[in-house]
Amino acid sequence: MKAIHRIAMLITLSLFISCGGKEEKKKESIQIGKEPKVESIKVKEPESEEVPASKRITLENKGVGKIKNIELPATIDDAMAERGAELFKTNCTACHKIGKRFIGPSPSGIMKRRSPEWIMNMILDPQLMVEKDRCAKDLLIEFNGAAMANQNMTEEQAREILEYFRTL
Amino acid sequence: MKKYKFHLLALFATFMLLTSCGNNNGSKQSNGALNASAAEKVYVAPGEQDEYYAFLSGGYSGNLTVYGLPSGRMFKEIPVFSQFPTSGYGYSEETKPMLETSHGFIPWDDLHHPDISQTNGELDGRWIFVNGNNTPRIARVSLTTFETEEIIEIPNSAGNHSSSFITENTEYVVAGTRFSVPVPQRDMPISEYKSNFKGALSFINVDPEHGHMDIKFQLLMPGFNYDLSHPGRGKSHGWFFFTTYNTEEASTLLEVNASQNDKDFIAAVNWKKIEEYVNNGGGTKMPAKYAHNIYDESTHTGTTTMKNEVLTVNPIDVPGAVYFLPTPKSPHGCDVDPTGQYIIGNGKLSADLTVHSFDKMLEAIEGEKFDGEAYGIPILKFEDVLAGTVKSGGLGPLHTEFDDKGNAYTTFFISSEVVKWKLGTWEVIDRKPTYYSVGHLMIPGGNSRKPFGKYVVAMNKITKDRYLPTGPEMEHSAQIYDISGEKMELIYDFPTHGEPHYAAGCPASLLAPKSKKLYRLDENKHPYAVTSPDKARVERKGKEVHIYMSTIRSHFTPDNIEGIKVGDKVYFHITNHEQDFDVPHGFSILGQNTSELLIMPGQTKTSVWEPKQVGVWPFYCTDFCSALHQEMQGYVRVSPADSNIELSWSLGD
Repeated sequence: MKAIHRIAMLITLSLFISCGGKEEKKKESIQIGKEPKVESIKVKEPESEEVPASKRITLENKGVGKIKNIELPATIDDAMAERGAELFKTNCTACHKIGKRFIGPSPSGIMKRRSPEWIMNMILDPQLMVEKDRCAKDLLIEFNGAAMANQNMTEEQAREILEYFRTL
Repeated sequence: MKKYKFHLLALFATFMLLTSCGNNNGSKQSNGALNASAAEKVYVAPGEQDEYYAFLSGGYSGNLTVYGLPSGRMFKEIPVFSQFPTSGYGYSEETKPMLETSHGFIPWDDLHHPDISQTNGELDGRWIFVNGNNTPRIARVSLTTFETEEIIEIPNSAGNHSSSFITENTEYVVAGTRFSVPVPQRDMPISEYKSNFKGALSFINVDPEHGHMDIKFQLLMPGFNYDLSHPGRGKSHGWFFFTTYNTEEASTLLEVNASQNDKDFIAAVNWKKIEEYVNNGGGTKMPAKYAHNIYDESTHTGTTTMKNEVLTVNPIDVPGAVYFLPTPKSPHGCDVDPTGQYIIGNGKLSADLTVHSFDKMLEAIEGEKFDGEAYGIPILKFEDVLAGTVKSGGLGPLHTEFDDKGNAYTTFFISSEVVKWKLGTWEVIDRKPTYYSVGHLMIPGGNSRKPFGKYVVAMNKITKDRYLPTGPEMEHSAQIYDISGEKMELIYDFPTHGEPHYAAGCPASLLAPKSKKLYRLDENKHPYAVTSPDKARVERKGKEVHIYMSTIRSHFTPDNIEGIKVGDKVYFHITNHEQDFDVPHGFSILGQNTSELLIMPGQTKTSVWEPKQVGVWPFYCTDFCSALHQEMQGYVRVSPADSNIELSWSLGD
């Protein structure tokens, strides 16, 4: 099975390269739960020399949306983080797993890559972010065009999830 | 909201423009303006929204359809009495109980007369009530979710036609029988109909908070046919009026035999008086089996309760509660004007309309001016209660609705027209043809204290050449008339689904702002819901297998399942984890002997599959949900009945 799969991918890849001129968004095959074998099948994207969006550090970027400024206190509010963990479990774990790449990126270490405002804006209005924010747009492409779902969180709930992310 | 305001402003501006043009042109301003552009009046530009909702009954489709006015665009079909494979209504485990009756599961009915709930005689937009005609039932549909929430069966009734009309504070929804039948039902010769059969008029009280229905009492009337009804309003609040035909009590060839009497009756029922009688312990309890089905929004599940008793009232036990108003020629429609003063009987074998006066009726009762009695019920003198006659010149009047300027609009089936006439003077103001053979008509709020007299929709029985032909069977046709001026103007034709018998309409601003967008996952109390994907699992209980599955763009959790065997009964309990407006997911599996499911955000629905063949069978999402919709799929491995493959499930490994 695996061999067939690889051959299919190679064909897809060669097809893709042969029409490299086109700016068409082509889906990569999904590698759910596997160690990313992405290196071996690296698709030539226009910005291929760039760091993938999931690895980029964009702490200065607050994203687009209603969250303009978040001051994080020095210590983590445990009760708040616990509420955030519960919300995360119900609303987010279908696509985001702790410590591994899944449908979307893992939130582990996200506080070192993204600003609190960016994270909350992404939770609160992913569609707007994908339209207006370069990093969000690149993430969508990197993750096979699987658009993040708007789970209709309130600002307070998004803030609680953020607090939970601080514990990861 | 903004959009409506904008739309209203735009309409107003258009109207101003048109008016000013009219002025320039001289005297015949309204006519000139009305002729200017019918297209403009019904044109709702892309992205803009209609000014009114219209709920058209589906007749033999068993369902209710939602349209916009003035565009005539259909927005939704709400399944009520009929199974609806589009969403799984009546197929899913949660909704099957909605179609239970004392006769067992019934997949269909004939839905007739929608009526929107009222407060103080004005539309309040909480619920819409509809009747199932064939196996008598009343349904309540929520106007926040646009889903059927409750269905109650009506015992002792048959051909539930003079239904489902509500009193002006939604105290009662009323269901009258068209056929009289033996009460209680029993084995007896049909030829002994006369004086043995009864006509039950059921008063179903409506809980003001939840809308839950319960039969308060059934009035067991003489064995006539109770055709249509409407409540009194304003001064006549507390009364209900029913047209009757077949006062001859024929059981065969009614076409001839029920048309012998020159006059039949409008039955005037003082329900407040009977309510008081019943509250004081009056009435007789009678064994009766009927189903009461309630859908719970938090468990997303319907349940059936079988009831076994109903309270009946013999009209002659409550003096002063029921009177007969003689009305010529087998009256059909029974309509009450916005003030509650006039009761219009549309004698369908006549050319004229009979208008009774509520005040004169009270006087006649006071003065005991009776013209005999029928089965102990006093008959009032025709001349004493008559307010006037509309000499229409048309043929076959059926139904009347009202505007907010003191005018009435009546349909004429035989002469295919809508006639506008003035209340009080009875003069005919205008008449316009319909295409063809019009039945009901509807003005938003047109049978309430506060009509919105801008459009009238005529619902026709015959389509013929109005659209491109589609073989022998065609959708029925409706016509929209602008009634804002002195003369009516036909502005649009649109096809309707099923056979609309009546409709109800209201301003969009009453419903649109409160229309539900999704079900909250944290309010989901379905016993088989999975509220987080880590709870997704598969459990076996003997031959029953329960799959607790969740969905979100664009995968099912789990999506690979093994250990199912031929002979198992597999329940897919699927919870949609989306919390965004308009992102339903669908579900279907190859070879399943039922419909798909369409699961709204935050909702749980259950589908049963009894695999008969060994193999690896795919399932997928049937609603194009995202760019990766085609990837939203999975497999179930079905092994032979005696296999010992362990139950297992996974996603992504």
